[in-house]
Amino acid sequence: MPAFGSFSLLIALVLSGYNLLAGAVALRQLATGRRGWISPEKLAETARRAGIASFFTTACAAFALVWAAFTNDFSVAYITEHSNRALPAAYKFAALWSGQEGSLLLWAFLLSAYGFVLRVRHKVDVKLTAYASTILAGIQVFFLLLVNVAATPFSLVTGAIPADGNGLNPLLQYPEMVIHPPMLYLGYVGFSVPFAFALGALMMRYPGEKWIHITRRWTMVTWLFLTVGIFLGMHWAYSVLGWGGYWGWDPVENASVMPWLTGTAFLHSVMMQEKRGMMKSWNVWLIFSTFMLAILGTLLTRSGLVSSVHAFAQSAIGTWFWVFLVIVLAVCLFTYVLNRDHLKTEHKLESLVSRESSFLFNNLVLLAACFTVLWGTLFPVLSEYVQGNRVTVSAPFYNRVAVPIGVFLLFLTGIGPLLAWRSTSMRSIRKNFVLPGIVGLLVAIAIIPLGVHPWTIFTTDEQGGFYAWITFAMAAAVITAIFAEFWRGGKVIQQKSGQNLLTSMVQLTRRNTRRYGGYIVHFGIVLIFIGISGQAFNQSHEQTMNYKQSFMLGPYTIECLDYSQDSNPNYDTEFALLNVYRGGHLVTQLSPELRVYAASQQPSTIVANHSTLAWDLYVIYAGKDPGTGQPVIKAFLNPLVAWIWIGLIVTIIGTGIALAPNLSAAIAAQRHRAVVAPEVVAAGKAGD
Amino acid sequence: MRRLSRLALLPLLVVLGVVTLGSADTEARYNDLGHKMMCVCGCSEILIECNHVGCPDSDRMLGELKAAIASGDTNDAVLEAFQEKYGPTVLAAPLLTRFNIVAWVVPPTVLVLGLAGTFMLVKKWRLRTVAMPAVADDPASVELRARIRKETEL
Repeated sequence: MPAFGSFSLLIALVLSGYNLLAGAVALRQLATGRRGWISPEKLAETARRAGIASFFTTACAAFALVWAAFTNDFSVAYITEHSNRALPAAYKFAALWSGQEGSLLLWAFLLSAYGFVLRVRHKVDVKLTAYASTILAGIQVFFLLLVNVAATPFSLVTGAIPADGNGLNPLLQYPEMVIHPPMLYLGYVGFSVPFAFALGALMMRYPGEKWIHITRRWTMVTWLFLTVGIFLGMHWAYSVLGWGGYWGWDPVENASVMPWLTGTAFLHSVMMQEKRGMMKSWNVWLIFSTFMLAILGTLLTRSGLVSSVHAFAQSAIGTWFWVFLVIVLAVCLFTYVLNRDHLKTEHKLESLVSRESSFLFNNLVLLAACFTVLWGTLFPVLSEYVQGNRVTVSAPFYNRVAVPIGVFLLFLTGIGPLLAWRSTSMRSIRKNFVLPGIVGLLVAIAIIPLGVHPWTIFTTDEQGGFYAWITFAMAAAVITAIFAEFWRGGKVIQQKSGQNLLTSMVQLTRRNTRRYGGYIVHFGIVLIFIGISGQAFNQSHEQTMNYKQSFMLGPYTIECLDYSQDSNPNYDTEFALLNVYRGGHLVTQLSPELRVYAASQQPSTIVANHSTLAWDLYVIYAGKDPGTGQPVIKAFLNPLVAWIWIGLIVTIIGTGIALAPNLSAAIAAQRHRAVVAPEVVAAGKAGD
Repeated sequence: MRRLSRLALLPLLVVLGVVTLGSADTEARYNDLGHKMMCVCGCSEILIECNHVGCPDSDRMLGELKAAIASGDTNDAVLEAFQEKYGPTVLAAPLLTRFNIVAWVVPPTVLVLGLAGTFMLVKKWRLRTVAMPAVADDPASVELRARIRKETEL
């Protein structure tokens, strides 16, 4: 199987190389009108087919690696390092992306899969797809070169084949690890497609905005994958790392959030290009930057340039990424300089108070947030260069600098959709903003007696209370604004159709899925902001516990019922059994664990979490007291965390709605008649 | 007599208040400073959040932090002492000293400059738009207006 895998990768490289070269020659011939011994159309078709074939060969290689993991083929060094016999089947599958070589193979496979879909659907626009396919082939060649030369997943072990492997990193032995990395990679890799279309459209001086229409769904799906990937990573960190939080501003986390920010900016600003023919250069550079940031993120974490808890990903392939990044930047710059006159804007902004300017400010704030994250990630390197010593840039920096930018973004999330295109009248502003403003103000006042004290920023070094107060008030205003939009539209349909308000609002959404799906996404993001704000009120307590000993945390009393240890072929475990009481009543029983995995001899905490809408009671088994042998229990009371995950679900639903095609008004009317007619007949009969 | 006994209790309450206030303050300072430093074991985690089983450094460092707070050192003195002992990477964020100020100043400056630039750009565009003659009957404009109406109204 290793030979089959290696051979598949080699063929994939050859096919992608052919796709790139033949595609480039064919497009050049088409552009210049010169013809070779084979017609450019035929040559382009062979290139496309080679691209399709490269998907199958890359899939064969990925299959070979997974097969090697499932069959415990420890002749493959990668399998020896990342798997073992006792590893459960799902995690053997996850071995594909648990190390450097495998994750690069996954990247190449997903890229070829995206390319496969693009090449199969080439009739959408044959010429533009040919450009995009050739550019994608160039990216594929890079990743296939990596897995063929620099980070080969099918390298064989030297010497005798070991009887068992080292096992999977214990931190990765968690259900979300089976889906978090593929989701994240689907997001990273997926941005290659709009990037390829944008670059292709610029190269061929594509007339009109059709490339944006073609890539809109690609971009949204990719954005959704990246969003889900990031949040699954947060949930994994929360559930596995056991430090009570979900976001640590680690460089790898930062690397994932940077393309997300620019991708979000792109999703907003392309609307200006679609509707007003504005910001063409800006959009092209936004998608170029998003793709390059995805590559830069990989470079930062894999080259060892910045230190990260994801240290397992580090290796010497950084130079490859540097070279690739420089080539991509050079190609983008060269193409832009040659064709920038093609990107002249058709309209200018007419008012500061308009949808266009809100998009402009939204883009600015998203890019400022992206810059802040990039700046914080790279500052240690800059400091070493200037001062001769590294510094750490971690959570306290981002909490002070990035949080205000996030709050400003929340503000724009609220006001942007309420503004009209071109210019917004004072009457419209009054109509749309008074109610949300009043609700926001009322919430700001109402939450003060509940313990949200904004003045703590002036009396202590603590800023969380202040930002939480602003966020809660603004979130209330934004949610009101969103619901008011649904209510107003629903009322109009209700008046016309006579349906109930809820049905009218559903129909409103189906008539303009993009707009109202977008509002639902905004609602989800607001919920996420609310959830994150709860962090300002976290509490924790640590105690060594004997039988029947208890402590209080918030409204809960935690009592140690028992503690013991157990063993299975994969790991040894120590655990405590805790009763949780609230108001004297037993609420739940929690059992935090500490595992030591047999193959790697690495410990891992298994968090016990009692989650409600108000807060999470998050308990970890921190170890044994060396003197008494009793368990050390650390408990956190984390308010509002559940709203982060609820917000994610709402965001997924909203994106799904925005991706769905509009229900035309005619179909809606037809359906309404079909529904109303039997009711009218029934009413008539009742009247008789 | 009852009032007298209440008065006698008052100093006790004051002492108790001061003591508990002090302990709460110490706990808050410990928590605050623990969040301003990193564990030096290489885990890249905030000191007070480092939960590695058998971590060679975090317990000792937290002990040193408790001792420093108990000895009455100011927050700045504690941070400086830790920086002296473990190097600048022990601080979770750069202090406002020398070149490190740049870390704090650049992002807000970029945002403010960006906002100012955007305002100026919009102003310039608006002036240009005013100077342009309106093309009322252009079919493209009619189509555009229809699109805008469709987008902004029902």
